[in-house]
Amino acid sequence: MITSHTDLTELARKLREHSVRMTHKAGASHVGSSLSMVELLVVLYTRILRVDPHRPDWPERDRFILSKGHGCAAYYAVLAETGFFPLEWLETFYSDGSRLAGHATHTYVPGIEISTGSLGHGLSVATGMALAAKRDSRSWRVFCLLSDGECDEGSTWEPILFAPQHRLDNLIAIVDYNKIQSLGAVKEVIDLDPLAAKWQSFGWSVREVDGHNLEEIEEALRQVPYEIGRPSCLIAHTVKGKGISFMENKLLWHYRSPQGDEYRAALAELGCAL
Amino acid sequence: MRTAFIQTLLSLAQNDPRIVLVTGDLGFGVVTPFMEQLPNQFVNAGVAEQNMTGLAAGMALSGKIVFTYSIANFPVLRPLEQIRNDVCYHNANVRIVSVGGGMAYGSLGPSHHATEDLAIIRALPNMMVIAPGDPTETRLAVRALIDHQGPAYLRLGRAGEPDVHTAEPDFRLGRAITVRSGSDITLISTGGMLHDAVLAANALEKEGISVRVLSMHTVKPLDEEAVLAAARETQAIFTLEEHSIIGGLGGAVAEVLLESGARPRIFKRIGLNGGFSSIVGSQEYLKAQYGLDVNGLLNTVLRELGKK
Repeated sequence: MITSHTDLTELARKLREHSVRMTHKAGASHVGSSLSMVELLVVLYTRILRVDPHRPDWPERDRFILSKGHGCAAYYAVLAETGFFPLEWLETFYSDGSRLAGHATHTYVPGIEISTGSLGHGLSVATGMALAAKRDSRSWRVFCLLSDGECDEGSTWEPILFAPQHRLDNLIAIVDYNKIQSLGAVKEVIDLDPLAAKWQSFGWSVREVDGHNLEEIEEALRQVPYEIGRPSCLIAHTVKGKGISFMENKLLWHYRSPQGDEYRAALAELGCAL
Repeated sequence: MRTAFIQTLLSLAQNDPRIVLVTGDLGFGVVTPFMEQLPNQFVNAGVAEQNMTGLAAGMALSGKIVFTYSIANFPVLRPLEQIRNDVCYHNANVRIVSVGGGMAYGSLGPSHHATEDLAIIRALPNMMVIAPGDPTETRLAVRALIDHQGPAYLRLGRAGEPDVHTAEPDFRLGRAITVRSGSDITLISTGGMLHDAVLAANALEKEGISVRVLSMHTVKPLDEEAVLAAARETQAIFTLEEHSIIGGLGGAVAEVLLESGARPRIFKRIGLNGGFSSIVGSQEYLKAQYGLDVNGLLNTVLRELGKK
């Protein structure tokens, strides 16, 4: 049972270590996208989500959807660290015959609600789950973690329009706003600012936090729904590649896999041996 | 078929709270009774087919049996990736209902002609593909789909199609219905072509040709047994569809025949030639223009048989 702040900080460090080791061994991309959402996952899986690793299909569970499926290394890591499946599975990430694909995959992986990978899908599915809960008067909630880049997708804005109409206050969208998308800075590709005002004007109740501050995130997520009758949106200001100095705010680490000296340096910054 | 669909769904939904109807803001005068009588089982997703499909997947994964509803290509091609990734990949109990398959909305132009949908949707894993032949088959298909596990596509005509079946046929998903027995040639029909197929068969009978008519209401999984029996027992197989000849019923039947080695002497796909309609007209007018009315069918069959 993880209770103290120290434990949460250590779990965040572990998720970063797993993300670096997994992408290193696999030669995989997207380590930067994993690192930016580590604190969000830590708080969700230790303090917020009503889930049970021993009963991943428990009908009354809260649902979590990682719409930015490419950030799955940290997602698989938090599921393994919280007991949904064995830690050894992480070593197989992305490799031939593994269960753990390079985008979040539900098949034979306990704890994953839906497979994602193509951007702009998760929030619609989350909205359907939230609507089903409302219609059946169930108390479970649906949390959906999106990237900033996928806010370019028209299909992301369809459920943003829909959810307030249906007063889905059991739906919580979290945007990992790390300001870097696939081919450049968000500001230079499709500027999303003012992002909070956009969600607000569509009828969501919006908060903003430092997406690496565990206390701030926990406080913000404990208070959902922010208003009765409205879906909640938490915009988490984050840093792509957070926690590894030479990866931070670098587009390159959307793609590059840590190898050689960079791999050793990354592990050293995380305080662990090879 | 549209009326048969909504009446059947409404009566089933009254006793089964799992059933949900989600429309993409279409169905004026059609979905209204459902909306009024079962508001808790009805959703209007607005003009947003991608969200309609994604949220249908989310509801289905939460225990619902969800029917998405729109016209022609709108519920199929617009949200195709949502159908593939969110519905099919998760084997979700979503039934995609398209009203106005083929050229039912003829005069509205090619944007409203669903003439490649069967080919495209047939390629998706886990997806069952159904195009009932008449209102009776529509009623039976909707009932059968409640118990089916996994996604399905239900391609309907519009309203007012004649009933081909005079009695309730033995309807099973994935099994062709032999509407008419015959030993010389076989017409395999899907969707609303069934009525024309029967009329053409009656006319051919007068020419001394014994015609078997199969209603292939389920295009996927295809009833291979019925196709192979037709290949063994009759001389010629014609596939009839209000759809491109590429990849739909004709393509599916051809795949089975060629791989089985049980090839009939004559095999001909009757459908649209794969282009966009360059003329404006009603469904009846366009079908006649493209050889899909009874006369067109007769001409093609007789020509292929060397009798014209």
